Amino acid sequence: MTKVHVDMNLCQSHGECAYVAPEIFELGDDDVLRWKEEVDPSLRDKAVEAADVCPMLAITVED
Amino acid sequence: MARPIVIVGASLAGLRAAQALRGAGHEDEVVVVGAEERLPYTRPPLSKELLAGAQEPEHCALPSEKVDVEWRLGTRATGLDLERREVLLGDERLGYGKLLIATGARPRHWPGEPLDLDGVFMLRDLDDALALRAAFAERPRLAVVGAGFIGCEVAATARKLGLDVTLIDVAHQPMTALGPAVGERCAAMHRAHGVELRLGVGVDGFEGAGRLEAVRLADGTRVEADVAVVALGAIPNTEWLADSGLELQPGVVCDATLAARDAPDVFCAGDAAAWPHPMADGALIRIEHWTNAAEQGAAAARNLLAAPEERTPYAAVPYFWSDQYDVKIQSVGLPARAERVTVLEASPEGDRLVLGCERAGRLVAAIGFNAARRLAFYRGRLAAMPPFDELVAAVRADEKALGDPAVIAA
Repeated sequence: MTKVHVDMNLCQSHGECAYVAPEIFELGDDDVLRWKEEVDPSLRDKAVEAADVCPMLAITVED
Repeated sequence: MARPIVIVGASLAGLRAAQALRGAGHEDEVVVVGAEERLPYTRPPLSKELLAGAQEPEHCALPSEKVDVEWRLGTRATGLDLERREVLLGDERLGYGKLLIATGARPRHWPGEPLDLDGVFMLRDLDDALALRAAFAERPRLAVVGAGFIGCEVAATARKLGLDVTLIDVAHQPMTALGPAVGERCAAMHRAHGVELRLGVGVDGFEGAGRLEAVRLADGTRVEADVAVVALGAIPNTEWLADSGLELQPGVVCDATLAARDAPDVFCAGDAAAWPHPMADGALIRIEHWTNAAEQGAAAARNLLAAPEERTPYAAVPYFWSDQYDVKIQSVGLPARAERVTVLEASPEGDRLVLGCERAGRLVAAIGFNAARRLAFYRGRLAAMPPFDELVAAVRADEKALGDPAVIAA
């Protein structure tokens, strides 16, 4: 499995990750981010794309 | 020996370009030339967290140490010889196989007499931000000249620190690029937080003997201040290309794939790139925001490696944001092209809302105030620029829209 970590001290709920990788990330009705901490390796590229577009650089992806 | 790929510009776009080259499997030499002494860092905190003292320079570092490239920092590009395929670095010439220009932008200077007063600042790089932060520690009275993104964010940060702030702009609203409906809300927000607004009046000059004492306005009044921040927008760093033969407007004129027009093997990304966007009916646009620099850097690098027929047009729907006080303003699309801006969604308390930007009867942008989760709804539709009335109907039918759908855009 691929591990997805979000540093919630950095996250400011831009929603960029939820836009490019809705399979992994979601903004709740309270605008707080929720995400899957482990995803199938087939979603790795999506997770990396989300990390790349995060303006707060809050997302890290580990194999 | 094969000539390297040279990236000129060592900030976000340049770094993302370098990472994309390596990510695509390019194994040959890559040289990144940067005018600043520092490795790439992220700039949004410079007007906010770093300026407020909540973050330090190391928090702004972008992860560049793992990128296997040659960094030529503290080195300013001074010219480009397209014929010989060389970048001029002062007296040195650096040959390139392919070139990616990512030299960004810098703040527009005060257009009047040169300022040699202590206490007058501009904000672009980390040293600017640290100098301004040190000045803020003296509890100055602050005048901000220019109420755009940087000016508004600096004013908000300074108010959070408890400084007396006057925000000045010749326009009648702050954030004028987003239109009057947004500007009025921004003005109210700054007033509510105790900022003195002086709008619709230009600045005549800066007064003081060696040290700033006041900003003199066109109506004859003076704003007494110990520190002034001049925030008059940005201009692309393309002067070094003036004699190169590249077409400048003043951004480097590119085709839809970010390849410089009429110059083989030259690409451009970020604040310095002007390229035709389908949402602008093919007109050239230039965008000075974080996400554009990040995504374009990578996209231009991938196109640089590709054969011409395999290059991909860069047509992402632009995204940017601004943080002021407890409000996150977010924009998707091209709000500068709007002819009309309408409130489409609003929470009952009025603290969260979405505005729709319309041009020729079509949606061209959406702007949210503390409405992050709602923007995806618009973003997914924006590339197609739907008719505005269809969009309004879709918002009304969406049970997740903020507020009472019956009154949306009534």
